[in-house]
Formats: sequence, structure tokens, C-alpha cells
Amino acid sequence: MSELEFPEPGHRLASLTLVPKADEKQSAKDFKSDQEVRWCPGCGDYAILAAFQSFLPELEIARENLVIVSGIGCSSRLPYYVNSYGMHSIHGRAPAIATGLAASRPDLSVWVITGDGDALSIGGNHLIHALRRNVNIKILLFNNRIYGLTKGQYSPTSELGKVTKSTPFGSLDTPFNPVSLALGAEAGFVARTIDSDRKHLTSVLRAAADHKGTAFIEIYQNCPIFNDDAFLPVTEPGARDQHLIRLEDGEPIRFGSDGSMGLRFSKYGSLEAVPVAESDPDSLLSHDAKAADPSYAFALSRLDSSDFAHAPIGVFRNVERPSYDELMSAQIEGARQKQGDGDLAELLAGGDTWQVG
Amino acid sequence: MTKQVQQLDRVIIRFAGDSGDGMQLAGDRFTQETATFGNDLSTLPNFPAEIRAPAGTLPGVSSFQLHFADHDILTPGDAPDVLVAMNPAALKANLDDVPRGADIIANTDEFTKRNLSKVGYAGNPLEDGSLDAYQLHAIPLTSVTVKALENFEITRKDAERAKNMFALGLLSWLYNRPVEGTMRFLESKFGTKPQILAANKAAFQAGWNYGETTEAFSVQYEVKPATLQPGTYRNITGNSALAYGLVAASRRSGLPLFLGSYPITPASDILHELSKLKRFGVRTMQAEDEISGVGAALGASFGGGLGVTSTSGPGMCLKAETIGLAVSVELPLIICDIQRAGPSTGMPTKTEQADLLMALFGRNGESPVAVLAPSTPADCFDTAIEAVRIAVKYRTPVIILSDGYLANGSEPWRIPSVDGLARLRDEFSFACGQGTADGDEFQPFQRNPQTLARPWAIPGTPGLEHRIGGIEKADGSGTISYDPDNHDRMVRLRQAKIDGIAADIAPLEIDDPDGDARVLVLGWGSTYGSIGAAIRRVRLSGGSVAQAHLRHLSPFPANLGEVLHSYDKVLVPEINLGQLALLLRGRYLTDVVSYNRVRGLPFRASELAEVIQDVIANV
Repeated sequence: MSELEFPEPGHRLASLTLVPKADEKQSAKDFKSDQEVRWCPGCGDYAILAAFQSFLPELEIARENLVIVSGIGCSSRLPYYVNSYGMHSIHGRAPAIATGLAASRPDLSVWVITGDGDALSIGGNHLIHALRRNVNIKILLFNNRIYGLTKGQYSPTSELGKVTKSTPFGSLDTPFNPVSLALGAEAGFVARTIDSDRKHLTSVLRAAADHKGTAFIEIYQNCPIFNDDAFLPVTEPGARDQHLIRLEDGEPIRFGSDGSMGLRFSKYGSLEAVPVAESDPDSLLSHDAKAADPSYAFALSRLDSSDFAHAPIGVFRNVERPSYDELMSAQIEGARQKQGDGDLAELLAGGDTWQVG
Repeated sequence: MTKQVQQLDRVIIRFAGDSGDGMQLAGDRFTQETATFGNDLSTLPNFPAEIRAPAGTLPGVSSFQLHFADHDILTPGDAPDVLVAMNPAALKANLDDVPRGADIIANTDEFTKRNLSKVGYAGNPLEDGSLDAYQLHAIPLTSVTVKALENFEITRKDAERAKNMFALGLLSWLYNRPVEGTMRFLESKFGTKPQILAANKAAFQAGWNYGETTEAFSVQYEVKPATLQPGTYRNITGNSALAYGLVAASRRSGLPLFLGSYPITPASDILHELSKLKRFGVRTMQAEDEISGVGAALGASFGGGLGVTSTSGPGMCLKAETIGLAVSVELPLIICDIQRAGPSTGMPTKTEQADLLMALFGRNGESPVAVLAPSTPADCFDTAIEAVRIAVKYRTPVIILSDGYLANGSEPWRIPSVDGLARLRDEFSFACGQGTADGDEFQPFQRNPQTLARPWAIPGTPGLEHRIGGIEKADGSGTISYDPDNHDRMVRLRQAKIDGIAADIAPLEIDDPDGDARVLVLGWGSTYGSIGAAIRRVRLSGGSVAQAHLRHLSPFPANLGEVLHSYDKVLVPEINLGQLALLLRGRYLTDVVSYNRVRGLPFRASELAEVIQDVIANV
């Protein structure tokens, strides 16, 4: 799907087919709660919240059927600011709570808001299992590469050697690449976008909502207090075109300031950036988010590095498979068809019984 | 050959063998036969945590004890009248419990030099006279089974494995048990393997015939059916009863059941049982960990379902934070803690009552929850329904403290009529947006004045959109609040809500037939049977003693303080180091007498009877 492509008129986004429609046309204002937003001035979360609230009316769902579940951290305050149902839960556990909710209520549109510490550190286990389980939830990971709410410790996405309060001599552990991690966890939908690029962010949200099953979106998000300008190479006008690789499904991959660069597979399956003019046109790749094998998407994710030499954004992978909640409902339906609706008296009196008196 | 038939009023049999000898199966089948026959019964499976510990060793011994009688009984019994020992390890591990004069049936084939030395026997106890005080029946169980099956086209290994059926057949003859149930069971188990099925049936029959025709057994016993309350009965384990109770509660409340659970001994059977019941609309999720299990359950509750999680002690530790969240957001949640010996991994297959204080207090902050404990395997059913009633009515987490003994033990259960079960849908309603005047903001923490429960407003309800979370909420509006007085008020309100449940539960009943007892024995949970059996002994020998048993541990029944103060001495036996006693002393300033043994096993009635006599003597 290209960045600006809208679903067909009348097209019901795939994750929402069982969610009741709104009676009336909605606007971003309908999704603003009365709570004062309390992020630091200049925080990237504001831009994401605004883009999200402006996007929500597009879903055309009854507002009361939207649920946002978050964990702990700056980003996880978001549910308070959206006028829908929401739960600000505990650190790292939002995917687990959202899984129980989505698996038992297919009529809800369930979104998880999380951060790099919440999702990748304390909640890493829930994240990877939610992805492989493929419950119909949309996970937005605000990645600012730092712990903000606890005032500036390094996070699982901080670059190696990061000097913070808890690592005055530099951090020692290799960071996660969230997109690689999600792909390794069998995610069917994996995307990356940037807080400051509202148009791109919105297009990715739309594609996520059009995916039935778990969708994972990493959002580069600037923390002006503890990790300012961490994403400057991919946000600064002028510089960003040197680094960003914008993925558009079905389109040739072109990047660099004048679109002169392309991608091709190297001998061992990794991708390498090459000048288009000097390359065999057949060796140059067009983006295919629907490729069944995740190896290509994984190779794309490996182009990313701490210094953003190449930073792909867009939808890396978008492959459908039956969702967990759908399969769970089908098993229940199947059991009822085969065995009949459960009869409690019969259940209690099952097995060997005997009469007294 | 016609044999003498001797009438008995009760018998305790213990099947013991290697983990792979099929003793649990033999015990279970004998139990079913006995239940069908109409005896009252109580069972105690006792097995190692290892699936196949090294063969022939003491740690590998697995046993199954069954107590059955022509009258109502309360425990699996203290000392076996018959021990079936399939190998030297089984003999050695169990002999201390066997009273002199009891029958021992030993499989001589396994009493080889190597097996004897494995467990430290210098000589063969079957031959050296050391068992002269017992009625020893030394039978080559393996070889007679193999011989009986020589015409079947099965491997020698399969023939040897059928020796448990031979033993079962022998015991079934000895106690004149009905056999049809076991035949049906074998047919369903081995239906697809006709040779194995026929061999197992033949092994069972050979065991029966062996008893009838050999001179090893001169007496056949008869235990008449017990006189129980009229009704239809089945035998049931605690875990099955708990699972059925949850399904019944789901049906009676109209709330779809969602179980989020991670496999853990001895709770996994609840997950297994509920996973079969999809036709009841039950959703089960084997979660990636304990935290996810309870998290998913809470998510389901938020969505208007009956969220349940099941676990044991180590899992409880991991779930603590989510239970705290459930306390804070005030949603119904059922947590089944099937206690086992701790701390840490402890002894996974052995029972204990040491999670009480953790259930009550094992979370950060003031975090009150309701806590209930079933008293017998069948009582797990009623306790589950009562737990759900409290959870949905008061919008609170409820912890059910069962344990390994109740979970795997079984007893006859008079099957209740569905119409007689509590109508839980009358206990709660979902909040609805209708009638909310425009401009009137929904108040998600405005409480019902009677129950102090907040509205259960589920997603999908127009007009009631709201946010909840673990941060302190303003009384009424539920918005984030760091106001000091508001926090103090909310802490007290959450506690008052739980305390208020005391007015909505049955008062503690006292059993004191003479009416003049000066000593009360107060227990909770799975010790009900042992305490009851001990009290019978004391009363039979002329002692006067009262008994009361707590199902509700939080809150306590409203009359508990009064009850405690009506006796000169209160004895509190617990399979921990005095956790209930600590609560009673703190709450009621009563210096109760504790009796504690933490052996991973239920109390023996005889030991408790002595303790009670001692307390009576010292009043």
C-alpha cells in the first residue's frame, strides 16, 4: 500500500468487520477527553496523539467500541486523553490484558499503547507472544530510546555505550531492533513510522487497522528532555532524505536525496544499498510487504542501525493469517455444532453415577 | 472354592509402586468401582513431581490411598489395612505407615538383589522374617501376568505393564467390587488397540481368578454400601469440582467464562477440564506465563466476562501485581490458588496451607481482596460459585485457596440440581448509559451505597466511556488524583467494601452436640476432614469438644469474634506455621493454641485426636 492510499470507499477495514459502526460522522474532537494532557512541552507524544485522534474518525466505529490499553511509562498515559474506553494498566502487561479483552470481545477495536521500556524490557515476553498469537489488537510502540518517566535511564533500544544516569560509563548491552524482534516473533503486520511525519504516521495506522490480527507499529518518538534529537538524522529536513528508505508496497525501492539508490540482495541474503545507475536493473528490488517468507522483511529491518545510515520506514510486512480470537470463536462454534450447546445438568451428572435412596 | 466372607465397616488400601507402574490408574479405577458400589470414600494420591524418577528408587515411589466405608467418612485414613507394594522401594517408603497385622501384597518379581540394594535392603524382607508381624502375600505379580497373557500378540513389555490390572483384579475380588465400570473404562482407553484391550481385560480377570482360586487368600471381605443422603452421586476430585463450579457460575450469571492460565502442578487439571468445555462457551488460553494468564483474565473481566486464572504458589507470586491492579480498578476476578508445599518450588505434588497470608496481604499497598477456602473436594464446587457471587456483586478479586490434597483427592458428591444453584445474575447488573442526563458525566467510581461496589460499565456501552487504571482515582469521578485526603478515603473505601461482605455471608456454624464444650477446634480449608475425624474419636472416648470450620478467610464471618470468646481454649490446627492463628490473635486478641505440621501431607486424625485430648486436659 502506498503511503497516501486510502481504502476503497465503503471498504470496511479488515480488523473492524465485527465492530459496530458509528451512527454519525465523527471528528477528532469526539475523541478528545476532558483530561489535561500532561506530557513535557515538545514531547513527540503530542504529535502522535493528535495524529491518532484525527485518524480515529476514519475507522467509522462506534466510539464506545474503541478500547485503548496501555502499560506504564510516558506513552502509556495516552488512554486518559482519548474519549473512549481505556485502561492504564501495569508495566509491560498491556498486551496480555488486551489479549483477554480482544479474545472475548470481537466487537471491540482494541489498541495497545506502549513504549520501548514497557514493551521490550519488562513486557518483552507478552509482546512476542501477542505477536505470534495474532490476536486482533494493534500495538503502537513509542520508541524514544530512553526511560522518560523514571527520569532518564537507558532503555533496551538505547544505542550501545549510551551514557545515562544509570550508565555513567556507557551502557554495555546491545539494543533490540524492534522491527527485527517483531518479525522474529512471527508478527503478520510490522511497520515503522515517525512522530513528526503525520501523513506517514496516519497511513501506517490505516494499514494497521486494515490488518486482521496483531499489528505492530514502531514509532520513532522524540524525548526532548532525556534524549533530545535522538532521531535527528531521519527527521531533519535535508538530512532525512539521505537516510530514510520509504517502503511502498509494489514500488521499486529508491532512496537517497535524488532517488539514486536502490537495494539488492548480497551473496548471503542480506540487503545492500547500491547506486541504481551502476546496477543490473533486474537485481534491484521492489518492495513486497505481502511476501509470505519473512526473510526479506527481516533483511530490510537489518538495514537500520544506531546511526541511521539507512532507516526503512513504512510497512515491512503485511501478511494475513487467521487471528487467535477468530480461531477461538470457531472452536467454540464447532464444539457447539458437534456436541450441542453445553447442558450443565448433563455435565454435572457425567461419568459413573449411582443412586442412593 | 467357597471362601469365608468377613464383614468390615471400613478399609484403607494403599497402592504403591514405581511412577511407571500405573498405581494412580489402579487406585482411580478401584475408587470408581467403590463409588459405584455405594461406599462412602476419600482418596489421597501421593506422587513424585518427576514424571519418571529413576526406576526402583525411593523418590520414584507413587502411591494412591483409598479409604472406603459403610458409613460416612471424612479422611483418606491414617494407616492402610492393605498395602500393595509393587517393588522394594514401595515397601520401604510405605512400611512405616502400615500397622502390624495389616495385609501386604508384594510383587516378588521385583524383589531382586539389584532392586533390594537400590533402596538399601541387605536381605530380602519378604524372606528374612522381618515382615512376620504382617499378613504377607508374596505374589510374582509380573510373571503371573505375563503368563496369563502369553497367548496374546503383544510385546513382553506391554504384558508386564498390565500387572497393575492384575493387582486391581485381585483387589477387586478381595473386596467384591463391581467390575463393569473398569471394563468400560478399558474399552474407551484401548478401543483402538484391540490386542492391548483384550490383554488388559484378561490381566484383570486373571487377578480376580487368582484371588478366588489360590490359597494365598482365605478370606474375602465385604464392606456394605454407606447410608448417604438420597440422590444421584458421582465421585469427584477437587479440581474437577472447582472447574464445574466455575462453569455453573458462568451459566447462572450469564457471564462467559474466560480462563487465562499457565501450566503448574497441582492446578493444571483446572485448565485441562475447562479446555474441554468449549460447548459451554468457555474460552481458555494457555498463556505465555502466570502474569499473562491473570492479565488476560482481567482483560476479559473488563470486557464483561467472568475472568478466571488458576495457579499454585509460585504463580501467585507472579500474579500479585495484576491482582493489585484488579483491586485498584475494582473489577471481578477469580484467582484459584491450588496451594502446594513451598517456599519457592518446594514440593510441587505435596499439599500445604501456607499461602493464606500471601493471599490476604501479598501485594503492595493496602490491597484487600476476598479469600475463600473449600473444605473438601466436592466443596470446591460450592466454593467456586460463592467466590463468583462475591466477585460479581462487589466487583472485587476473589482468591480461592484450594490445595494439592483437595485438588487430587476425591469423594462421592451428591449431584446438585441446577435449578437449586444460586441465581448469580440477580447479584449484579452492568451499568447502562440510558437515563444519564446530558452533561452529567459518568462517575465510574460512584459506589452502590449498600455494597460499595462501583459500576461495572463495559466497553460497547454508549455514554459510559471512561478510563481506569492503577493510579489512584478520585472518589466518584475516577480521574487521576494525588490528593492526600482522597487517597486516605479511597484506601478506607476499598477496605470497607471487603469488610462489608461479612454481612452477606453465612455466620460461622458451630458443631457442639453436647453444648458444654470448653474447647473449640477451629480450622480452615482442607483440614476439615482430618479435624472432623479427630473430633469423632475424641467424642467417642467421652471428650467434649466443639468444631467450627472457616470457608471465608477474608472477610471473616461477622460472628467469629463472639465464637472465639465463647470458649476457654481455641485450638487451630494448620498445615503451616500458624497463619490463621496470627490473624485471630491480631484481630480478636484471643490467644489461640496452634498445632502445626508441615509435612506435605494432610493431618492424621489420630494425631489430631491426641492434640485435642491434650488441650481438653489442660483447660
